Amino acid sequence: MELNGAQIVIQSLKDEGVEYIFGYPGGAVLHLYDAIFQQDDVKHILVRHEQGATHAADGYARATGKPGVVLVTSGPGATNAVTGIATAYMDSIPMVIISGQVPSPVIGSDAFQEVDMVGITRPCVKHNFLVKDVSKLAETIKKAFHVATTGRPGPVVIDIPKDITDPRIKVSYKYPKKVTIRSYNPEVNGDKEQIKKAVELLLTAQKPIIYSGGGVVLGEASKELINFAQTLGFPVTNTLMGLGAYPATDKQFVGMLGMHGTYEANMAMHESDVIIAIGARFDDRVTGKLDEFCPYAQIIHIDVDPASISKTVKVAIPVVGDVKPVLKQMLELIKDSKKKPSKKALESWWNQIDQWRAVQCLEYDRESRLIKPQYVIEQLYQVTKGEAYVTSDVGQHQMWAAQYYPFDKPRRWINSGGLGTMGFGLPAAIGVKLAFPDSDVACVTGDASIQMCIQELSTALQYKTPVKIINLNNSYMGMVRQWQEFSYESRYSHSYMDTIPEFVKLAEAYGHVGMRVDKPEDVRPALEEAFAMKDRTVFMDILTDRTENVYPMIESGKGHHDMTLRVAPGTSTDRELA
Amino acid sequence: MKHIISILIENEAGALSRVAGLFSARGYNIESLTVAVTEDPSLSRMTLVTRGSEDVIEQITKQLNKLIDVVKLIDLAESVHIERELMMVKIKTTGQSREEIRSMADIFRGKILDVTPTSYVVEMTGPSSKLDAFIAAIAPDSLIEVVRSGATGISRGEQGLHL
Repeated sequence: MELNGAQIVIQSLKDEGVEYIFGYPGGAVLHLYDAIFQQDDVKHILVRHEQGATHAADGYARATGKPGVVLVTSGPGATNAVTGIATAYMDSIPMVIISGQVPSPVIGSDAFQEVDMVGITRPCVKHNFLVKDVSKLAETIKKAFHVATTGRPGPVVIDIPKDITDPRIKVSYKYPKKVTIRSYNPEVNGDKEQIKKAVELLLTAQKPIIYSGGGVVLGEASKELINFAQTLGFPVTNTLMGLGAYPATDKQFVGMLGMHGTYEANMAMHESDVIIAIGARFDDRVTGKLDEFCPYAQIIHIDVDPASISKTVKVAIPVVGDVKPVLKQMLELIKDSKKKPSKKALESWWNQIDQWRAVQCLEYDRESRLIKPQYVIEQLYQVTKGEAYVTSDVGQHQMWAAQYYPFDKPRRWINSGGLGTMGFGLPAAIGVKLAFPDSDVACVTGDASIQMCIQELSTALQYKTPVKIINLNNSYMGMVRQWQEFSYESRYSHSYMDTIPEFVKLAEAYGHVGMRVDKPEDVRPALEEAFAMKDRTVFMDILTDRTENVYPMIESGKGHHDMTLRVAPGTSTDRELA
Repeated sequence: MKHIISILIENEAGALSRVAGLFSARGYNIESLTVAVTEDPSLSRMTLVTRGSEDVIEQITKQLNKLIDVVKLIDLAESVHIERELMMVKIKTTGQSREEIRSMADIFRGKILDVTPTSYVVEMTGPSSKLDAFIAAIAPDSLIEVVRSGATGISRGEQGLHL
């Protein structure tokens, strides 16, 4: 089949099984957009800003496990996409970003809308390509999808100069079924000897804990993790990125760990003698002060990326491989082993953990006359029966969503963990809703974050993606304000906006339903009303207690055992800000 | 400790900047870097000299291996190896000092490549430490220019770094 470059791109995406492209047209990609116009197989979602395109594709990828695809033009289109590319990179999300480039002959001449996209994105992609020959286009696209989706996944950029998509130049097209890259062969199965050693150590543990992360979600290994944990009877903690991979309502789950993790998770990590880290990377928000991290533990680490192993925390037994096959092999060895985990040791370990649980570190003032953000999330959980896809932006609301919405399934909790990108939530929710039109999709956000990509409300109307926006409005950049309260003697430098739009009117202006909620007793009925409107995007502006902080907290420079808990749990925290 | 890392990398535009970018982004230092195409034109060989603790060197080799363009690499410091660097030095020299510089070049097995009434250009190869020693032996105010290639290396014995 003879096709031109633009047709090759679109046909390749079709052959790759791509349903949606998230993009925005411009000069360098006009040939591509003309090819999109002439077919119906690959649907294009027109965003209102390229950052929105990347987050929407990212949300789609996180919810489905399939790679998200983005199409942007050269220059500003490309640079606008960079934040979203970096977001996906930090959380290892498979994406393929196609950027237009000025025609090959003028590259390097500071042509109109020229930017060195390959150079700019190099530090925040898994790999990138500049296409120089139309006959290599299909193979390059196949390579991009291969790299993006295998090993430790990540975003891959394909920069395509305009002359490569010239409709007048046709070449024969065949989409390769398979590609091999001689320098790229990610280890999958893990070393048998290392796996054996790990199992031996696990079976001698007295105070074990399973610390699992986003790798279990990405590696589709939730079932294996559950089997593994339940066979051993060990406690499980999840990272922010790993929530849902182990059911949060299960009794073996001790909550999220790290800076805003639960008291029991962090104390169990601190006191543990054997930790098995599964698809987690010892991020600084998890470890706290490194010198004080898990002083008594021998650590086993399963990760598909060898560079994640012993990067910040030295481990005793590394296993390089995909978490799924490695966990399967471990489970078999455990079942075949004559040695079993010590019942007595585990019983006393669980007793200890139950004492930490009794601290009830997530309790908050339920009698408040103000709307507590935690209460909103709890009600959201109930109204959606724990089944919603929840996206979030970044800040206090993100932590509350992570703490108070117990996720029982992987890929339901969609947030920017590594990069911490405000503006992620709304476009991500649109991407999720396109993938799962029959599921409830909620975007938990705040008055500051939502304004960073609010233009995508327009996209939500155009493509009829009825998401529910839960805006926990405290008129502050809450997390910034909290840090200023803790570390800067409450000097709230620029964490407050004097003018916040009337979100209800704004939502209506964009063609959606706006709701304002300012009394605790109205929260539940308003949520029920909003989720009953199946075909409408609803913006719920919920005025919450402006002084509320996220607890527990490991303040910077402190260890897991040195958490700041809410003062006198259960007492009123209604107060005026200094 | 000093490490000489030899890298086989795809001979493609941008491959060098991926390596250089990795070092600056992650705060590793590069003492020297040489690169040239190999007998297989699809591959370049890069020799990179860096310093760091064992942990840092381990991260450097892992991060380099993670680059899609990197085909293979070895840390030469892990085995017996030969290290060589090429240097050319332009030295201001007149009258009596000319004989001195010539014998100095002989001692270090250097070659004089260019002679003018007031200068010599001396060529020398050897481990970087030997070149350092030669420079140290020359009076600083007579040095006009020093050009060094950066170290390259190869392991001893039959084993080699190839596909």
